[in-house]
Amino acid sequence: MSQDVELDGVTMRFGAVTAVRDVSLVVKAGEFFSFLGPSGCGKTTILRILSGFTEPSAGAVRIGGRDMAGIGPNGRPTALIFQNLALFPLMSVWENIAFGLEVRGVGKAERRKRAEALLDLIALPDAADKRIDELSGGMKQRVAIARALAVEPQVMLLDEPLSALDLKLRQHMRAELRAIQKKTGVTFIYITHDQGEAFTMSDRVAVMSRGVLEQVGPPKAIYDDPATPFVATFVGENNAFTGPVALLADGVAAVETPFGPLRGRAGPGLASGAAAVLFVRPERLREATPGDGANRLAGRVTHVDFEGNFANVFLKGPDGSAILVQLANDGSGEPPPEGATMDIAFDPANAVVLPDGPRARS
Amino acid sequence: MSEVFRRYGAPLGLMILLLTGIWVVAMVVLPYFVMVEYSFHPNLPGPEIGGPKDIYTLDNYASLFRGIDILAWDFPDDFRVFLRTIWGSAVVTAVCLVVCYPVAFYLAKVATPDRVGFLLLLLVVPFWINEILRTFSWYIILAFNGPLNAVLLALGLLDKPVRWLSGSGGVLIGMTYAFLLFMMFPLYNALQTLDRNQIEAARDLGAPGWRIHWRIVIPHAKPGIAVGCIMVFVLAASSYVVPALLGSPGTRWFTETIYQWFFEGQNWPRGSAYAFVLLGLCVAFILAMMRIFRVGLTDIAK
Amino acid sequence: MTGMKASERLLQAYVVLFLLYLFLPLAIMVAATFNTSRFPTVTPWLGTTTRWFEVLWNDQQMWRALWNSFVVAFAVIVVSVPIGVAAAMLLSSLHKRARTFLYAVMVSPLLTPGVIIGISTLVFWERLGVKGGLHLAVIGQSSFIAAYVMLMVLARLQRFDPSLEEAALDLGASHAQAFRRVLFPHLRPAIVSGAVLAFFQSFENYNTTLFTRGTDTTLTIFIASKVRTGLTPAVNALGVILIVVTVVGAIGYEILRRREAARAREATRRAQENALGDLRKA
Ligand SMILES: Nc1ncnc2c1ncn2[C@@H]1O[C@H](COP(=O)(O)OP(=O)(O)O)[C@@H](O)[C@H]1O
Ligand SMILES: [Mg+2]
Repeated sequence: MSQDVELDGVTMRFGAVTAVRDVSLVVKAGEFFSFLGPSGCGKTTILRILSGFTEPSAGAVRIGGRDMAGIGPNGRPTALIFQNLALFPLMSVWENIAFGLEVRGVGKAERRKRAEALLDLIALPDAADKRIDELSGGMKQRVAIARALAVEPQVMLLDEPLSALDLKLRQHMRAELRAIQKKTGVTFIYITHDQGEAFTMSDRVAVMSRGVLEQVGPPKAIYDDPATPFVATFVGENNAFTGPVALLADGVAAVETPFGPLRGRAGPGLASGAAAVLFVRPERLREATPGDGANRLAGRVTHVDFEGNFANVFLKGPDGSAILVQLANDGSGEPPPEGATMDIAFDPANAVVLPDGPRARS
Repeated sequence: MSEVFRRYGAPLGLMILLLTGIWVVAMVVLPYFVMVEYSFHPNLPGPEIGGPKDIYTLDNYASLFRGIDILAWDFPDDFRVFLRTIWGSAVVTAVCLVVCYPVAFYLAKVATPDRVGFLLLLLVVPFWINEILRTFSWYIILAFNGPLNAVLLALGLLDKPVRWLSGSGGVLIGMTYAFLLFMMFPLYNALQTLDRNQIEAARDLGAPGWRIHWRIVIPHAKPGIAVGCIMVFVLAASSYVVPALLGSPGTRWFTETIYQWFFEGQNWPRGSAYAFVLLGLCVAFILAMMRIFRVGLTDIAK
Repeated sequence: MTGMKASERLLQAYVVLFLLYLFLPLAIMVAATFNTSRFPTVTPWLGTTTRWFEVLWNDQQMWRALWNSFVVAFAVIVVSVPIGVAAAMLLSSLHKRARTFLYAVMVSPLLTPGVIIGISTLVFWERLGVKGGLHLAVIGQSSFIAAYVMLMVLARLQRFDPSLEEAALDLGASHAQAFRRVLFPHLRPAIVSGAVLAFFQSFENYNTTLFTRGTDTTLTIFIASKVRTGLTPAVNALGVILIVVTVVGAIGYEILRRREAARAREATRRAQENALGDLRKA
């Protein structure tokens, strides 16, 4: 059982700071949905609004169509996994898991039974009577999830729950979280500043910057079709070429850059002559062949990082701009040596042109 | 304020405000105010209270100072008691500081951790034993026929027994003993945070022991010294039981004067005025210490 | 090097002397209990006896005073512990300026002489038509003992993670349930310590009680008046009993504290073991 979650024009102000600005979106029932954005962009604030700890300054939150205004955290069908997990240190593992049932007046035998079923689900069958301070980080993580699942929430809210774990465990837990979500069918709303996390687990991702919703879509759409310069630069690596729009026709735009006109797919909101940026991913750049006419550029190789399955080639354009080319290690050739000049080209379908705007700091 | 209700909900939030309100208003602030207000009234028999003679007056305060003749070095009784209390409390404070300092230093910087644990436990025990019993033990020791005289006579240090319990000596001895540990623990806490390397470094530079203490250890212990001095001074100045047990009629303490005005003189306004003067003395001492040693209220409350 | 050793030895000798100074008077008081002399002393030793315990046992006034002390101490716990807890909770959810001010007001009774607390309580309640007695002693003592409780609870509260409270609410608990199941258990050690401290502080209070007691007598008042009028080694016998109780209490507390520290170490060790196991699995 799960329900839609709707944010309608939600704004949150703390004094002079606007932490969240006019965010509207619908998370569909049973979806794994992520908010992705740099630290301080308002993700936690949104989660606290959804769970009922803070009332938004403006706008509404609806869960299953019901307006949540005035309903506190204990009246909402949500369960929050805190950034620091917030397990109760003075209760045993099973008491933690059964806490939500306890406050609902479920009898002790029944509570214990349900806690043990959940412990099986999170693969910690023998941990029922352990104390919290005996658990490792990964075990605590899973207990926190079980505790939230115990109240059979319609919506699970997770605030960077993996950030305290080390890398290997984090990747392991991603798969586990996704599996649990699939198994239970509960709507998951997940917060992270780590795009890998967001992309591997989510059905859809919302990218945020400074309290503003930049783009909502499936991971592939976010990556391939960024809607704003911020998304283009925050998610993955991107080469940016700035200049006025020289030509705009049939969904293709040309930008007048120091390398000459470069063409790509036209994004929304472009106007002829207006300032624009063309973005092209490093892995979509390739060594130019004699057949390439347009969309060619050249640079001097300053540095090559060999990563194994691919190599990063750093170029410097004649105007001093930095260009990154990623060459797959697929047997088609060697990366050029440092100091050499490299001719590169790209297909207009692999580039996107957007009106110029703020980018992510890298 | 609204944070209380947000965190604890309305019923619990109200309860918190109510309990705290009762305490702060009805048990702390108002009683002070009423006492002070009381001290500005004349002492009148019941029926005349609120009558035409019941006017505000400074007489209760003035009576403490009335008759002072500095040139003739002549003071009225109550004022003499007041001076003795200040002087005696200061002496007790200073003696406690001197006696405790080496021990606190030993505990904090010289002794091994195991031994510190044991010694602290040893120190805590007398600390918890009632002030009256600690005073009483000196009553026994200092008695005319008591063990002190007996030992000193036996050793030939005295040729006739001394009346230790007449004069202020007994009171000062008893207070030092009773309040010593209130100096010890603040000192120890302050010294504990001193980095041993600082002492080593100074010693490496060839500083003699007394200079290390004077330039490094004592400055570091300042907050502890301030807190210890405040505790001991206030306890001494406001002690009733030590002078009552170990003093003689000729060496009354200011608290005894206050008690007399209350329950023997039946003059509550004057007793209240004197109590306020005693409070003023303690506050002045506390503020002076906080100023001299640059410590705040939170340091003291620890 | 040898010079340092010498000064260290001197310091050690001083500490030994200090301990002697600390304990010898108490030892003399204890010893005097067992002397047959009618006046409590150890010189001359007239013979060993335990009859002063019997005298004490048969002293009706003592029993009355002891009973009063217990009643007052328990009442002080009942009054000061809830107040101290509430005050700490209020302080911890106030903003800086208001907190600093209220904190100063709340700790002021700790720096106020006990006699003055007694006097102000007496005068204030007299105004309201309430005469001195054990009830006023309770109020007077509680006014500063609550501050001790507040400080202990506040220290514990500062180590509380407020997200635990939020987690409880989020899981559906009411505010009362969150308090009862999460915050209160966290505060319990401080509350218990506060109650014990309140009991001791009340039990041994003299200065505040002196002014508020009316015509009632507590144990400390009884001891002081006995010393001044009608002193016999029965007072020492009472002292011995109180000392024994204190020593046993202090040692018991220390044992509990060490046991808890050992348990915490053991838990940390197990958590580390589990973390290793996790890494192997991942
Ligand atoms: N209670 C608060 N009071 C004032 N400012 C806040 C509060 N909570 C968050 N903020 C501010 O709102 C912005 C967004 O914070 P947050 O939602 O925690 O970001 P994120 O979780 O994305 O890192 C930050 O600038 C933060 O300083
Ligand atoms: Mg956050």
